Amino acid sequence: MADGALPVLDVKDLKTVFQTRKGEVHAVNSVSFDVRPGELLGVVGESGSGKSVTMMSLIGLLPMPPAEVRDGEVLFDGKDLLKIDPNALRDVRGGDIGFIFQDPMTSLNPVFNVGFQIMEPLRKHMGMTKEKARNRAVELLELVGIPDAARRLKDYPHQFSGGMRQRVMIAIALACDPKVLIADEPTTALDVTIQAQILELVKDLREKLGMAIIWITHDLGVIAGIADRVMVMYGGQVVEQAPVKELFTNPQHPYTRALLKTIPNVHGEREAKLNVIEGQPPILGAPPAACPFRDRCEYRFERCDRENPYRRPIGHQHDVACFYEFEDKSAGDANAA
Amino acid sequence: MPLDSSRKPLVSVKNLKMHFPIFGGLLRRRVGEVKAVDGVSFDIYEGETLGMVGESGCGKSTVGRSVLRLYEITDGTVEINGTDISHASAEDLRKKRPLMQMIFQDPQASLNPRMTVGEIIAEPLREHENLSGRDRETRVLELMDQVGLNRDFANRYPHEFSGGQRQRIGIARALALNPKFIVCDEPIAALDVSIQAQVVNLLEELQDSLGLTYLFISHDLSMVRHIADRVAVMYLGTIVELAPREQIYGDPKHPYTQALLSAVPDPDPALARGIERIILEGDVPSPSNPPKGCNFCTRCPQVMDICKEIPPEFKEVEPGRFTACHLYNTPADHAGHNETAQTAADEDKSIQLGGNT
Repeated sequence: MADGALPVLDVKDLKTVFQTRKGEVHAVNSVSFDVRPGELLGVVGESGSGKSVTMMSLIGLLPMPPAEVRDGEVLFDGKDLLKIDPNALRDVRGGDIGFIFQDPMTSLNPVFNVGFQIMEPLRKHMGMTKEKARNRAVELLELVGIPDAARRLKDYPHQFSGGMRQRVMIAIALACDPKVLIADEPTTALDVTIQAQILELVKDLREKLGMAIIWITHDLGVIAGIADRVMVMYGGQVVEQAPVKELFTNPQHPYTRALLKTIPNVHGEREAKLNVIEGQPPILGAPPAACPFRDRCEYRFERCDRENPYRRPIGHQHDVACFYEFEDKSAGDANAA
Repeated sequence: MPLDSSRKPLVSVKNLKMHFPIFGGLLRRRVGEVKAVDGVSFDIYEGETLGMVGESGCGKSTVGRSVLRLYEITDGTVEINGTDISHASAEDLRKKRPLMQMIFQDPQASLNPRMTVGEIIAEPLREHENLSGRDRETRVLELMDQVGLNRDFANRYPHEFSGGQRQRIGIARALALNPKFIVCDEPIAALDVSIQAQVVNLLEELQDSLGLTYLFISHDLSMVRHIADRVAVMYLGTIVELAPREQIYGDPKHPYTQALLSAVPDPDPALARGIERIILEGDVPSPSNPPKGCNFCTRCPQVMDICKEIPPEFKEVEPGRFTACHLYNTPADHAGHNETAQTAADEDKSIQLGGNT
């Protein structure tokens, strides 16, 4: 994660809107971020915060309509992915940018064996012969830790367990040596002991292959274990971004602070009563004219109702979208304990 | 505390077994069975929360449903409030229902989309109590207040509510008949983190004010640590360890509990990267064909020869602490294996120390 390295993926001002019967829903509002080679960027947020939609918009995976990417730039490899034609985008997708989805059962095709599904991108994107692709598929399954790989190529998805299926998904995503791997809640559907196996595997692979990874999750525990940098999303926008240690020890957005306080822990002290963020996350029918978190925020003041806070830098790689300035910068330490 | 012998258990489960038949072949004959729950015993004391944790497929939900006799159980006894309901008739069970209720995992699926919130909460009252329309309405509104739902929404339909509010509707329905015992089957699994805390706090407040007893089933170890007084850890149809909360989390005895706890990601980067995790190899075996001996022997990092032969007995190893593991055999049990067990037990102490610092 060289600090000075150029970002491999640079997203600027992304806006995505859905047309629904009840009018527009502004799911992603001016989201900007970048990720550097070899870096693991964690994206945290609740359901509906726009984290998945952001990632799907940038590689054209959303059905349009009802979705519409209204504005923004996605710079990858010198090209703007939002402007290139669909065929060129298809080459990038599954080629230079790999994707792992949450539910490995529904994202694998049940009527093809896994060998076919791993070989498909190799033959389409890399133009490999069947023979070569098969050898590479065996290599990939071994890489993700599936025993007896050559024989298992002929097996169908239902013959694998949940953890093994997710390994197959990872193998497919890695098939064409992607520069960026987008993992959308890849361990949420798995049990903790299997999740631990997959997390170890990803840490391992990143060291071996050196690609950039964007890891979407709602589990701050997972983020704490693997991410280099974290982006917190709320109401379709980025509310805070910081290196992982900084975020946990010195959170500066009221939402991040509250979120860190609400999660109980298996180690350390046990809280007598859980802290609660009252209220519900918003659904945005219009571009936000005010802070999306204001209804649930204990630091709300008059300016929050008038303007939507912009992201202001407050430290090395640390920025926050909030008007309130916490005086006591180390107050966050208590949360991390 | 549960150790106090003067307190009597409200729920007492002994050697509960729930086997589901597998039918196969041309004639759909019975070819085997899924041993979803295979000999589980525990007590729940009045006013207590017993947490039940384990991975998917370990049988924790089946235990919850069997305890309420939503299944015809295969074997064992279930006593609730002094009466054995394990073989009670449908009519007798129906009379018992007001005493024991359930909160389900998915509030979307467990609420009838064609009934208003008021109707949903009133349904148990209609079925079991003879109230006038006006009294029933008063009671419904009272319940809505109790769980923090706005009274004005009584005529709305479930789809108009968010997940957390829907779960509150489910809780109000469960409370309608003033039950003593509630089985909460993954009540927060479908909710967002910031909403989970709201629902858990509500459940705790209701327990304090109404003196409820909970069986809290969850795969979320950190939430169970928060809410439960005692915790039972399940693996492949059996309870491997049952102990008071502080002891399970502070000093887990069974190798599976140790591995499970060490696998939970810690929301603190400094801690998360320092912990020596016990990564279990492989997957959970199929409950239709469990391994010989100890169920956990195929994945156990401290497996011994005896584990592959004889299933360990579920017994009290320290006052109030139960575990089913050959590592804690006393010399009297297996004189020959004593030495191995002792060294292994010492080794796992050191692993725990490494894991908790």
